[in-house]
Amino acid sequence: MEVERESLRARQPRARDLLRGDLEGKDLEQYVEERLLTTTLESALNWGRANALFPLTFGLACCAIEMMSMVTSRYDIARFGAEAFRASPRQADMIILSGRVSIKMAPVVRRVYDQMLEPKWVIAMGACSSSGGMFANYAVVQGADKFMPVDIHVPGCPPRPEALLHGFNKLQRLVRGQPDLGWRQRYNAVGTEEWARFEPGKPTAEAIERAALAVAPKHSETGARPDFAGDEDSHA
Amino acid sequence: MPDAPGLELIAQEIEEGRQGTVIETSFDHGRATLIVNPENVLHALTWLRDTPEQGYRFLSSLHAADYLPASPRFAVHYELLCRERVERIRVKALLNDPAGGETNGSSSAAEKLPQLDSCVALYPTAEFQEREAYDFFGIVFKGHPDLRRILMPEDYVGWPQRRDYPIGGEPVLFTHNEIESPRWFE
Repeated sequence: MEVERESLRARQPRARDLLRGDLEGKDLEQYVEERLLTTTLESALNWGRANALFPLTFGLACCAIEMMSMVTSRYDIARFGAEAFRASPRQADMIILSGRVSIKMAPVVRRVYDQMLEPKWVIAMGACSSSGGMFANYAVVQGADKFMPVDIHVPGCPPRPEALLHGFNKLQRLVRGQPDLGWRQRYNAVGTEEWARFEPGKPTAEAIERAALAVAPKHSETGARPDFAGDEDSHA
Repeated sequence: MPDAPGLELIAQEIEEGRQGTVIETSFDHGRATLIVNPENVLHALTWLRDTPEQGYRFLSSLHAADYLPASPRFAVHYELLCRERVERIRVKALLNDPAGGETNGSSSAAEKLPQLDSCVALYPTAEFQEREAYDFFGIVFKGHPDLRRILMPEDYVGWPQRRDYPIGGEPVLFTHNEIESPRWFE
């Protein structure tokens, strides 16, 4: 912290020098190099999209109560830039299917989805919109992906707001073009693949884990924020 | 709530107005029920509504029921309320199934539906409730101003709350089914 403060103090006069036009030659080059970040337009665009997703104001059933509480200050989806619930599908980027979809509602949902502008994403929240849930009957569509594409399924009946926020963070990663891989490392599930079970003459689970960790660096090692880790690598 | 003798008096007075209206009376769990002939249900309702000392001027609920193994199969219940004395009485009309167990996919399906007189003229609140009974049980209310489906999609086929209607949905397969039915996933 102290080091950062000192380097900030050192940088301020240099910025003043640049504005006055006093920096020249090697100093100027170094100044520009320190302040520029090169990336592709696509990843910069996706970064912006992922951090300003406007959900549609659209509640279907009881899950909508949890969706509403996700916006309150206690859970605060504004931390991730998605607090602006738009009342018009023309202005929305994302629709959260919060509840069961009846066969009478399905054409309406589909129409609202069709009215949204590209690019658009869908979160199916709760058991009902993912699979019909407890409503295995004549009136409810058994899963919203029967009539529209769904990007994220959030399990639960209803999911807590934290679960929906987690699903939303997954959607952000998907928007950034970095589908969330590496779950086996996080859940200590390396070696549970069927093809990786130990057989004579094949590598053991420990060896596979070591190899996997060597390929996927930890977030703390890269020093970047976890959200951005590897972003430049995958798109540059 | 009329007590059991009071219910008998009501039944008797309705019978005097028109013979063969009340088939049976039932007093169960402190609730009085008149089981009436479906052809004369409007007579019973009108008498209960317009007789000054009765005054059941509020229809708190109209609903249908399906007692499938029983015959007559269907019933329409009218829950009436006298708001001055806060007394309730139930009128029940039992209806036979004209289809008689046949599947109603034929062209004359509409004629095979059970029919009953509409009471919208007596109780305007019955309009939507009769539409609901029609929607779920296929009971046709004669004289209803706008009898069409109210909750299910308008192009829906079938009467989903009938007991012989398939419940729908999809079978859910769990791993414990493996024991009961091996290789269910194939």
